[in-house]
Amino acid sequence: MIHVNRSILSALAIIGLVTTSGVNAQPRTDLILGMSVEPSGLDPTAAAPVAIAQVVWQNLFEGLVTINKEGEVEPSLAESWSISEDGLTYTFDLRDNVTFQNNKAFTADTAKYTLDKILKSDSINPQKALYTPIKSISAPDPDTLVITLSSPSADLLYWLGFPAAVMIEPSSEQNNATHPIGTGPFLFSNWKKGNQVTLSKYDNYWGEKPKLDKVTFRFISDPQAQAAALSSGGVDAIPQFQAPELTSQFQSDNKFETVIGTTSMEVIAGINNNRKPFNDPRVRQALMMATDRQAIIDATNEGFGTPIGSHFSPSDAGYEDLTNVWPYDPVKAKALLAEAGYPNGFTFTMKMPTLAYAERAAEIMQAYYAMIGVTMKLESSEFPAKWVQDVFKDTNYDMSIVGHAEPMDISIYARHPYYFNYQSTDFDASIAATANTTNEADRLLGYKKSQAILAQDVPALFLYAYPKIGIWKKGLHGMWENLPVPSNDITDAFWSE
Amino acid sequence: MHCIAKPIAKSLSGLIITLLFVSFIIFLVMEAVPGDPAEIILGMSAQPDTLAALRSQLGLDRPFIERYLHWLTGLLSGDLGNSYTYSTSVAQLIVERLHVTLPLTGLAVMLSVLISLPLGVTASAKPNGIVDSFASAFSQIGIALPNFWIGLLLIIGIALTTGWFPAGGFPGWDNGFWPSLKALMLPSIALAIPQAAVLTRVTRAAVIEITNEDFVRTARAKGATPNYVLWHHVLPNALIPVVTMLGMQISVLIAGAILVENVFNLPGMGTLAYQALAQRDFIVIQNVVLFFAVVVIFINFLVDALYNILDPRLRIRR
Amino acid sequence: MKRIPISLMIGGVITATLVIAAILSQFWTPVDPSQINIMHRLKAPGVEGLLGTDHFGRDSFSMIMAGAWVSLGVAFSAIALGGLAGTIIGVTAACKRGRFEAITMRIVDVLFAFPPVLSAILLAAILGAGATTTIVAIALFMIPVFTRITRSAALQIWARDYIQAACMAGKTNIQITLEHVIPNISSQIIVQVAIQTGLGILTEAGLSFLGLGIAPPTPSWGRMLADSQTYFSLAPHLVYVPGIAICLAVLGLNLLGDGLRDLTDPKRK
Repeated sequence: MIHVNRSILSALAIIGLVTTSGVNAQPRTDLILGMSVEPSGLDPTAAAPVAIAQVVWQNLFEGLVTINKEGEVEPSLAESWSISEDGLTYTFDLRDNVTFQNNKAFTADTAKYTLDKILKSDSINPQKALYTPIKSISAPDPDTLVITLSSPSADLLYWLGFPAAVMIEPSSEQNNATHPIGTGPFLFSNWKKGNQVTLSKYDNYWGEKPKLDKVTFRFISDPQAQAAALSSGGVDAIPQFQAPELTSQFQSDNKFETVIGTTSMEVIAGINNNRKPFNDPRVRQALMMATDRQAIIDATNEGFGTPIGSHFSPSDAGYEDLTNVWPYDPVKAKALLAEAGYPNGFTFTMKMPTLAYAERAAEIMQAYYAMIGVTMKLESSEFPAKWVQDVFKDTNYDMSIVGHAEPMDISIYARHPYYFNYQSTDFDASIAATANTTNEADRLLGYKKSQAILAQDVPALFLYAYPKIGIWKKGLHGMWENLPVPSNDITDAFWSE
Repeated sequence: MHCIAKPIAKSLSGLIITLLFVSFIIFLVMEAVPGDPAEIILGMSAQPDTLAALRSQLGLDRPFIERYLHWLTGLLSGDLGNSYTYSTSVAQLIVERLHVTLPLTGLAVMLSVLISLPLGVTASAKPNGIVDSFASAFSQIGIALPNFWIGLLLIIGIALTTGWFPAGGFPGWDNGFWPSLKALMLPSIALAIPQAAVLTRVTRAAVIEITNEDFVRTARAKGATPNYVLWHHVLPNALIPVVTMLGMQISVLIAGAILVENVFNLPGMGTLAYQALAQRDFIVIQNVVLFFAVVVIFINFLVDALYNILDPRLRIRR
Repeated sequence: MKRIPISLMIGGVITATLVIAAILSQFWTPVDPSQINIMHRLKAPGVEGLLGTDHFGRDSFSMIMAGAWVSLGVAFSAIALGGLAGTIIGVTAACKRGRFEAITMRIVDVLFAFPPVLSAILLAAILGAGATTTIVAIALFMIPVFTRITRSAALQIWARDYIQAACMAGKTNIQITLEHVIPNISSQIIVQVAIQTGLGILTEAGLSFLGLGIAPPTPSWGRMLADSQTYFSLAPHLVYVPGIAICLAVLGLNLLGDGLRDLTDPKRK
């Protein structure tokens, strides 16, 4: 009898050992992310939507350089580079042990092919304009790439880190939209349309191997459903949670970590500077003073988001807080309006794109402007199709709210034509001078000056920098807090338990 | 049977003309929709020459009639074209989405029949009785309930409190049959309730009407049991108006599916139409709209044909 | 003297209340329905206002009143448009018969093939979201509904003996239609107007829910429901209140329609 009992006991002990070791030894190596928008294709060099980059940039595709968590340029497929004195010649030293996920080698020729393709006359690259300073590209040897510019461009390195300039492989490029092939640490596994994209670890990756084996991007557009998926364990993390009003329930739940950061998206109310009465800067300044930025953030985003005083995001290098140039002051606003010749206010139309944050902000602003006697009529405009046509292209509008998601895009105010119809020789000169700088300190100084001009002139009402509400299960590490580039880099992510 | 073959052949040719007409209208409407797919794909920083390059790549620079005929000839050979944004075949996109919408609407129809037939029949057995009062209250209120609101109530009342069913999303059939079925349960209940309300009413009225017909009385007089009469005489005849009503409700069902898919965040046909329109993926929208139209027209056609076959009285009248 | 059906009384009372609330909202509401009050947002019914407040602190009760105006207005206009067009087509088809009838009925079939939500999505893309889009989309769907009903009703009248007599007496088709057909089918049309208005309200709510209806800040029941979606753990009344309003309105109109039918059609019980 004793003998039998012993064997049962030892069997139990072994089972116990197996199960406990199963729990302790290995942390999870898979990750399910909840994303709001499903990308329409997966090739960031052929379409603009940020949803594409949010899946593939840095995870699957890499560029010559990259942009890190702090918004700074870092080496990637190019190990190092040198820039000539006149700022016109860039020489890149490329890594030599890099292969694409279809086992083809990455060389200076592939790099030249990729960049040439952006600049070709029938190119469909959405950011082609950024790379037009490039005059020619040559590949003297497999590890060296030389880019020659027609005029200096201080931001070129930054643009080369963009999703639109990731390196592609000629034989597979046709299928990149549906079956992308890059050099990154994760390769494409499958895409269930309307549901999820799955990436898995690429074993021949040149750099440090990722700790995760499998990453699934699950697309859940409805904020309530996002919250439900998080609580039920359907997803492990939502890097950009869309419902600020539901955030508090996760903040108070110790199974989750909630991290509030900022993004490169500036939510602004663009003004048609050509139209009366907005052609008078005093009217624009008065409206800026009549706008309680914090109230908008409180009512539309539960207080998440950073008020901004110019077209620059706190997550960008060179940011300066200029919200005190025209702080909220309805009395002064009314006085300034009277000075500009509108003591009894005026009436204008706000074309609201059909985006929740814009519609909510517009309703708040309407109430605030009524207090200084200004009547703001609201008109809905379908986003993006109709809005792009009406506001952006035909500039047939008085005012319109939209978020500008592209990082470091302050130079749009120096573009002519652009939908603000803003003219300032000072600003144009400041932007041009910044582009010509050849060192980082001068470049940042140039951007500070440009920010100050906009803050004073108010070509648009600067509202707030869109928050990045990241929520994930405790034990997940390596997720980005801020988003200096619209992206979702999970190459450093890992589980500790 | 030859006496019913002719009207069916005639309405079949009418069906084809209607479909051609519908396809042309849809294409015409697409022309009127402002917005350029190239601009949406390439975003706000794109240059005019880049946009032109993409437009020519997508074939958007061709004249109207050429594009219409291209679509039409493609349809006849089973090729619906390629989505502008997804760059995959539209047929494949539609088939993927039907894996959600078809089971969703199918379940809803099944549920509504399962609720309404017994309820309607029981109610008709004793007019103004307890069951009848309940049935008439159910159908009055059920018809008045917006299905998307029922969906919201089910999320609050069942999904979020009990966790038996997910509050939204769809795992996909290849991730297991039960999880997928569970994900479709609440949405199909939301769709089914208003349908069941309508059908309960029709069933009750039809059963009462047929019970009063001569041939049923004769059967009873001959000593058939009430159950026998119900199953062999009343129900088969009462089914005609019920099926007709189901056919007529098909467009209501489709409209409901679009709303309910939205509430439960299901990747179905409605969601596809909605997304494609936002991105001005015309080739997807025109095919999806045509698909819905074909379904509505075809089901109406079937109901008509069925009516001709099932109801001998109607045949004589023609 | 006929007994007034109970459904007619209940339906009549609900519909009358609704119409009065809708009209009243144009002159008076407890609070301005677009008055934003961030301090008092998401308050429960009774705590702030009769039915609580929404995410901007606006008064739900006032919004429901103003929403009644929008819902009823849109539904009535759409039914008036679609019902009128449908009735004219249906009566004409029954009068003319032949090829005209065949062609018009074919066109009507085509219209019927587009579920209202689908045509509204397309219309919204062309015209932009708003009252016009909603009204046109619902009206387009109502045309085939009314055409079919009035045509079959009119055909039944045309088959009657006294119409044959009128024909013999040398009356034109138009005279017969105006003098005999329309008066005889008018009660059926009125019943349909009540019932289809209910359906119109449901459709309007659905379209506003999808964001295709009337632009804010004009309150609309469907839009209130859409806004409530992310707040239902914080303020569930935002889900219940507009839904109950929609349900009551449709119920009232349906009961009214049923009651009218019972009153005018003695065969039905």
